[in-house]
Amino acid sequence: MSELRPDLARIAGWIAPESRVLDLGCGDGELLAHLRDHKQVSGYGIEIDMDSVIGAVGRGVNVIQRDLESGLAGFEASSFDYVVLSLTIQSMRHVEAIIDEMLRVGRTGIVTFPNFGYWENRWQLALGRMPVSETIPYQWYNTPNIHLCTLNDFDALLVSHGARITSQIVMHQGRRITFLPNLLGSLALVRFEKD
Amino acid sequence: MTPDPHSVGIVSAQCAEFDEPLVLQGGAVIPRYQLMYETYGTLNAERSNAILICHALSGSHHVAGRYQPDDKYPGWWDTMIGPGKPIDTNRFFVVGVNNLGGCHGSTGPSSINPATGQPWGSAFPVVVVNDWVHAQARLADRLGIERWAAVIGGSLGGMQALRWTVTFPHRVRHCLSIASAPKLTAQNIAFNDVARNAILTDPEFHGGDYYQHGVWPKRGLKLARMLGHITYLSDEGLGGKFGRQLLAEGYQFGYGTEFEIESYLRYQGDRFADVFDANSYLLMTKALDYFDPARHYGGSLPAALAASPAKYLIVAFTTDWRFSPERSKETVKALLDAKKPVVYAEIESVHGHDAFLMTDEPYMRLMDAYLKRVAEEVGA
Repeated sequence: MSELRPDLARIAGWIAPESRVLDLGCGDGELLAHLRDHKQVSGYGIEIDMDSVIGAVGRGVNVIQRDLESGLAGFEASSFDYVVLSLTIQSMRHVEAIIDEMLRVGRTGIVTFPNFGYWENRWQLALGRMPVSETIPYQWYNTPNIHLCTLNDFDALLVSHGARITSQIVMHQGRRITFLPNLLGSLALVRFEKD
Repeated sequence: MTPDPHSVGIVSAQCAEFDEPLVLQGGAVIPRYQLMYETYGTLNAERSNAILICHALSGSHHVAGRYQPDDKYPGWWDTMIGPGKPIDTNRFFVVGVNNLGGCHGSTGPSSINPATGQPWGSAFPVVVVNDWVHAQARLADRLGIERWAAVIGGSLGGMQALRWTVTFPHRVRHCLSIASAPKLTAQNIAFNDVARNAILTDPEFHGGDYYQHGVWPKRGLKLARMLGHITYLSDEGLGGKFGRQLLAEGYQFGYGTEFEIESYLRYQGDRFADVFDANSYLLMTKALDYFDPARHYGGSLPAALAASPAKYLIVAFTTDWRFSPERSKETVKALLDAKKPVVYAEIESVHGHDAFLMTDEPYMRLMDAYLKRVAEEVGA
């Protein structure tokens, strides 16, 4: 069995066995398949891309094809233990709405995103160019990312939406960064709950 | 001609006779009846690889293959079923059945009523989706199939697949309900009513007992089919195929057949009215209208589905307005509320409701991926 991507492995580490998980933008279902096989986790993925949906079906993952921008109507309040949004929020139009929906539907939210505060990004900006890096591998004119933020920005948003941060991990190239996270980490993972 | 390696090849229909009376939901009793069916592939020793295909309004038990090498058309879902196709007959044992009330050999209004020696005609009782499911279950018993690996259908067939998991929850592992709905809307019933009225008001209808008069309500049936056909296609699809093309140069300023679409529809209507039974058409549309599995569960579809251990694949098509994605999402919502395993996909297609019979590439890949998992699960 192939190794789980390091950031997904960190997310998996936050999820309790036998819980119910909703994975928003689940791609080909890698995380959910892993959680099912190793932690007896049940749940659903949401994905808009047809090829990814078919990939998830191939893994035997329950996937619902829909656009996250339209929210999570159809999912009852507090019907999941965890709602995961992995490397998707930066390209979403309705960021505040999806945070509210995550807090409505799940007990615990988990969001991961590229940290714009990473030093290389700051350095490239300081040199007068838009950052292009491993976690933000696009030019300004072709990027799908319309809502980039730093670790501190995201924390502030959560707090303003009535969420309490219960854990936070920052990574770079698959390794955890503990020193100066908002400067040295290129990828942020935040776990939160309704306050 | 070399045989197509992906076809089930030459097939033949079989007939199962049932002497035990069937009590219908409407209260009537059919004392004895027969069901036409076909099978493809081989039932494995564990009897775990059987798939039931439920037909829609105009379908039959002839789902795949040909009766004769020179048959113009194969079975109605030949694109989906065969060696190496999504419903892979190398792995699955596939059963197609003609429903009770149909006109392809199973007992229906045009069959002889043993009580009178005459065709049933108007005396044939209205059957509903749940009656079909009960009749199909008896066929499953006869074939030694305790539990289907999957029950699969599109449109009215998708309703049967869903109903199976309500009526016999432990006899279905997977329910594949395609381009279907948990119940019809007023608009959808309205279309059916106009279709029925076309038949009922045809002078050749004779209250449903037209067989004795040696006629049949061809005009009514043709109109019903023409109306139905329009609703099965999308505006986009019709526009792309026919646009405003004329048969002749310029307008004729009369009421003859002028536009290509008119010619096409009339041809389709004629072809259908020559082979289908009007009473069966009435009956099938009524079964559609009555379908509402939540009805006996206080109107709650999640409650109706509560006992089901089945997994579900719900598929809708973007341009299907007769059974729109919104209706499929109602089924999905009920399944989510009932915490059932479900996959939902909305396929981009220009083919409207008929897309479930077409071969849009993502649709075929999705079916293939899903059914490969089913095959692995049941050891097929």
